[in-house]
Amino acid sequence: MKLDGRVPAGSIAEKWDRHKFEMKLVNPANKRKYTIIVVGTGLAGASAAASLGELGYNVLNFCIQDSPRRAHSIAAQGGINAAKNYQNDGDSIYRLFYDTVKGGDYRSREANVYRLAQLSVNIIDQCVAQGVPFAREYGGLLDNRSFGGAQVSRTFYARGQTGQQLLLGAYQSLMRQVQAKKVRLFARREMLDLVVVDGKARGIVCRNLTTGQLERHAGDAVILATGGYGTAYYLSTNAVNSNVTAAWRAHKRGAFFANPCFTQIHPTCIPVTGDHQSKLTLMSESLRNDGRVWVPKKKGDSRSPEQIPEEERDYYLERKYPSFGNLVPRDVASRNAKQMTDDGRGVGASGLAVYLDFKEALERLGPETIRTRYGNLFQMYEKITAEDPYKVPMRIYPAIHYTMGGLWVDYNLMSTIPGLHVLGEANFSDHGANRLGASALMQGLADGYFIIPYTIGNYLAGQTLPKVTADHEAFKEAAANAQQHIDRLLSVKGHRGIREIHRELGRILWDDVGMARNEPGLRRALESIPKLRDDFWQNVSVPGTPDNLNQSLEYAGRVADYLEFAELLTLDALHRGESCGGHFREESQTPDGEALRDDERYMYVAAWEFKGVGKEPELHKEPLEFEEVHPTQRSYK
Amino acid sequence: MKLNLKIWRQSGPGVAGKLVDYTAEHVSPDMSFLEMLDVVNEGLTKKGQDAIAFDSDCREGICGMCSLVVNGVPHGPDRGTTVCQLHMRRFKDGDTITIEPWRAKAFPVVKDLVVDRSAFDRIIAAGGYCSVNVGGAQDGNAILIPKDVSEQAMDSAACIGCGACVAACKNASAHLFVGAKLTHLALLPQGQQERYRRVVSMVEQADAEGFGSCSNEGECEAVCPKEIPISNIARMTREYVKAQAMVSSD
Repeated sequence: MKLDGRVPAGSIAEKWDRHKFEMKLVNPANKRKYTIIVVGTGLAGASAAASLGELGYNVLNFCIQDSPRRAHSIAAQGGINAAKNYQNDGDSIYRLFYDTVKGGDYRSREANVYRLAQLSVNIIDQCVAQGVPFAREYGGLLDNRSFGGAQVSRTFYARGQTGQQLLLGAYQSLMRQVQAKKVRLFARREMLDLVVVDGKARGIVCRNLTTGQLERHAGDAVILATGGYGTAYYLSTNAVNSNVTAAWRAHKRGAFFANPCFTQIHPTCIPVTGDHQSKLTLMSESLRNDGRVWVPKKKGDSRSPEQIPEEERDYYLERKYPSFGNLVPRDVASRNAKQMTDDGRGVGASGLAVYLDFKEALERLGPETIRTRYGNLFQMYEKITAEDPYKVPMRIYPAIHYTMGGLWVDYNLMSTIPGLHVLGEANFSDHGANRLGASALMQGLADGYFIIPYTIGNYLAGQTLPKVTADHEAFKEAAANAQQHIDRLLSVKGHRGIREIHRELGRILWDDVGMARNEPGLRRALESIPKLRDDFWQNVSVPGTPDNLNQSLEYAGRVADYLEFAELLTLDALHRGESCGGHFREESQTPDGEALRDDERYMYVAAWEFKGVGKEPELHKEPLEFEEVHPTQRSYK
Repeated sequence: MKLNLKIWRQSGPGVAGKLVDYTAEHVSPDMSFLEMLDVVNEGLTKKGQDAIAFDSDCREGICGMCSLVVNGVPHGPDRGTTVCQLHMRRFKDGDTITIEPWRAKAFPVVKDLVVDRSAFDRIIAAGGYCSVNVGGAQDGNAILIPKDVSEQAMDSAACIGCGACVAACKNASAHLFVGAKLTHLALLPQGQQERYRRVVSMVEQADAEGFGSCSNEGECEAVCPKEIPISNIARMTREYVKAQAMVSSD
């Protein structure tokens, strides 16, 4: 199968406008004849469901939480980028586009990224109109802050709760459509299968998590906005219920999975304290503006930080990257922390941490300034660790934070299954091999408010879709398939905890498919993952019954999917023999240890086709062409 | 640490539940409260016993999903903290901890410690928004909002919709939740067009859901993990009275 990104013709700046004109429209009176299924209520899902409801479509919207307002977009702290150039500092749509393509290390699709930059300005206007309380200046104008990977101030924010406020804006618009009866809401539902009829996505099977009932829902198109797969690693900054199940089961029905090895590791998280740990907490990387990162020069130095004199400390980022210092990009900062701990110079009880020290900044600026800048972060750190960062240096360590890979989509955000559209973190398209700060919120809302409302109309108007009800054979088959999976999980009745197996999977991925990857490690992981999967299916204990709220059953289903998905993630990492963005292959580095891309061999999107569990998937390549931004080697020296 | 737990178990909605004794062993002070429950659950799971159902998601205090009453206090003993951010160092070896679900008529128990809070969604659906469709928004800077007004709106918009206010109130009143949303929107220029219609619809919906009234005792403010003050309720009442006056003068 040849992958066609369906990028419209014309100059980069004209493509989207031209495409909007050329796309087919569904006449207003006909929209109500279509039913669209939206899975997920994060920024992408809620904004899509609300916008499609406003247009007059019938929307069925599903989420796993008890309320759509709790989707994990809510936890985004920093902000949202937009090329408004309100600061008069030289920003433009082209510059945001350029920064995003470069930040993604030349592994994203140019046309998609340009459109994202164009739409960024509309997002801010829409959110302000909804009543999102963005930070303001005294004169009443919108305030901006600067963020990593950019030399202009283009990030809009609402304290440290930007994701929350944007999500509540989308949620409120969604609830308005629920009240108008254009959207029907299905909370506490988990999608367990995609239903494909005559080659087109026509519905889903989901489990009502409260009653345990399997429900079949039919429609004319399906939209997945189900987030990323960071919890494959067990410990991540994601919510504990985040999972790959919806995307993975769609993959098993024919949707290609693109670039799964592109995962992002965030350098400033609170370190792990023990096996009980269920998730990792991120602290905004703005901390690196004033904090200095260091470890002891001597291996195994167990003295407390204040007993280690200045000359025995290694401020390794400042030493190795004199021009960027502590502000090197996320992947560089993370990898260096790992090198230090691998070298036996990690700090804290576990040895898996480095110091982030504010002593110098406290002396230079005084505690009051530090409190204004980072007060809430310091408070959060103290709450979790019981240590006061005003007195002792913080301990930080990297953690999985975001996944750039996802289901493959074309320019219209449609997957390789006609009718199945994928939005937000669940798709692969805009961030390449590395996402810049404050651009995840931008992408989720661009997809939901401004892209899918156009492209779904084009899809629907271009088809004759015969009426399909949930009694169709394909629905019965999918429901039976889901039921069988549930029965199988409950019938193992082994003695191993689900969490214990998930933790073990996480350790395999973190050690061998984590911040730095090499061929022997990846091959080792490809051996251990299927073994662990067999162990799961022979020894897992899933108590309870299927006919009521059973969180063990939910969790086991998600872990079972991760045990399949992890193999694809590892295989993709093995096949991509270059380093780029968040994917660092030790075999491909510059003489001074920096990531080395191989544009000759790897300038493509790797889209994998499912061929069966434990069977080698088929690789399809979408070549990437860079007409606007000329690829260069990143350097932060 | 070793702790004695008394945990509310209820197999489903509308059936009788009871407190059941459990022991949590090898509890580390670095654990969060929910991680302590994870460990108890892992032990139950391995033995093939039904795990204790409780809600949680982000585990960093922002999604509003976690909802436990710890020793009689929603979200437990720390002020301004969700139970997912409560740590076991707050307790000591040998302590007995009672864990119950939110208790309110409008929040029926689904199972064990999990309750149904969809009433909050219906209150927002009744009017907790600005009625603007995607597409027609003017430039963001065309609406000027002074910093202090925007900050004040943000103080109220910080509500995470967890429902602790309801769980703490002897009347199971949702007025702090409703008041916070009304205050957020009433302070901003964007929210003016529907200001009075909004307050009437939201208050009526809260009443219809079976939430009680406010008797100004402030338990809600004391347990609110985002420390949203009771003055939001005062504003709600003022908005409501004004709305009534406008209706009667029509």
